[in-house]
Amino acid sequence: MIEFEGVGHRFGERVVLDGVDLRLTQHRVAFVGANGSGKSTLARMVNGLVVPETGRVLVDGVDPARHGPAVRRRVGFVFTDPDSQIVMPTAGEDVAFSLRRSDVPRRDRAARAARALAEFGLDGYAEHPAHQLSGGQKQLLALCAVLVGDPDVLVCDEPTTLLDLRNKRRFAERLTGLRQQVLMLTHDLDLLDDFDRVVVLDGGKVVADDEPGPAIAHYRDLCR
Amino acid sequence: MSAFGLHEPGSSVLHRAPAGPSLLFVLVFAATTVALSSPWWLGGACALVAAGFLVARIPLRRVWPLLRTLALLVVLILAVQWWFLGPAQALVVCLRIVAALGVASLFTLVTRVEDLVDAVERALGPLRRFGVDPERVGVVVGLTVQAVGTLAGIAGSVREAARARGAERSITAFAVPFVVRTLRYADELGEALAARGWGDRGADDVTRADTRSNFN
Repeated sequence: MIEFEGVGHRFGERVVLDGVDLRLTQHRVAFVGANGSGKSTLARMVNGLVVPETGRVLVDGVDPARHGPAVRRRVGFVFTDPDSQIVMPTAGEDVAFSLRRSDVPRRDRAARAARALAEFGLDGYAEHPAHQLSGGQKQLLALCAVLVGDPDVLVCDEPTTLLDLRNKRRFAERLTGLRQQVLMLTHDLDLLDDFDRVVVLDGGKVVADDEPGPAIAHYRDLCR
Repeated sequence: MSAFGLHEPGSSVLHRAPAGPSLLFVLVFAATTVALSSPWWLGGACALVAAGFLVARIPLRRVWPLLRTLALLVVLILAVQWWFLGPAQALVVCLRIVAALGVASLFTLVTRVEDLVDAVERALGPLRRFGVDPERVGVVVGLTVQAVGTLAGIAGSVREAARARGAERSITAFAVPFVVRTLRYADELGEALAARGWGDRGADDVTRADTRSNFN
């Protein structure tokens, strides 16, 4: 369970989050909102990349602001631009990089990475330069590199923004059926039908929090 | 594609060589080229590197960007060194650079970054008792090799954008976006590493097992 208790934050004079209170117990939760509404800041607080100025965040009772390393080991994060996330030259090495601080022995890492790539439809790409994959393949690689570490929570910050329709759907399919609790920030409203809960943010505040249908309708009204 | 860096898969004897001894050889070889002052010996070192490229069967499409970059570098350095030190010394400096950059490039072409990181980690293992974090140093070495290719890629796309706007001769049109994108890359890389648990120093006071039990 992820809890936000009176979370507030500002960048300089600009208030990006203003007293956010949420208890996220559902398996699949989405956040929608205009650019600058505070979604990304909120997401980064879940694994302690951003520390709230006021209030606190708890991930299953653990505060990322105080125990960042421990929380980050259990919270996987997928960024909007996979090129920002891929840190090793080949797809296989990038997945294996995620296993460096796991219990997987050194000699088993390459085989484990190859198996994980195959699960994501990237079999045969282990030796392929990661940055030369297609956009959709890169985002799948980024997701694969996160999930191979078997986190308990997966945070996706607008992961489909740079993808075409086919790859958006392919990526969304990979998210269904995961055992992980998924927090998805997105502008792709048609990917949210099977989510359990949708939170709408505006000006750093929660303005709607409901099942997908009513929450998305509220967001559409807000954008008129 | 960048002139330096990025592994070229293969099965040659150089590809199969263990990364640790290979890295040691590269360091000794580069140090030797600095110590040598005979153009004949340095010419021999360059020939040895060229032979290494043949043995590793590195395709011409990978060698060509390296040759182009080296040629440009050599011409510039030769001109400056000739002016200050004369032709004999200029030749020695250029041969040193070609041999050292050539062997380093060959090493990155035949060695996977993952294997290099492992080799550095193993080599620095005994220094753990003195406070050295071998994993961290290994990853820094690996990221440095990777960054060469990434920065070359950024430079290429910035040059392309400048050409598209008819500003291919403008230093500002290249330098400003290159610096901005490089800084942004560094920022994003730092965030991605932190998200993957690599920005964290030492053990946390909540252990993995403690956290796992909290999560379940």
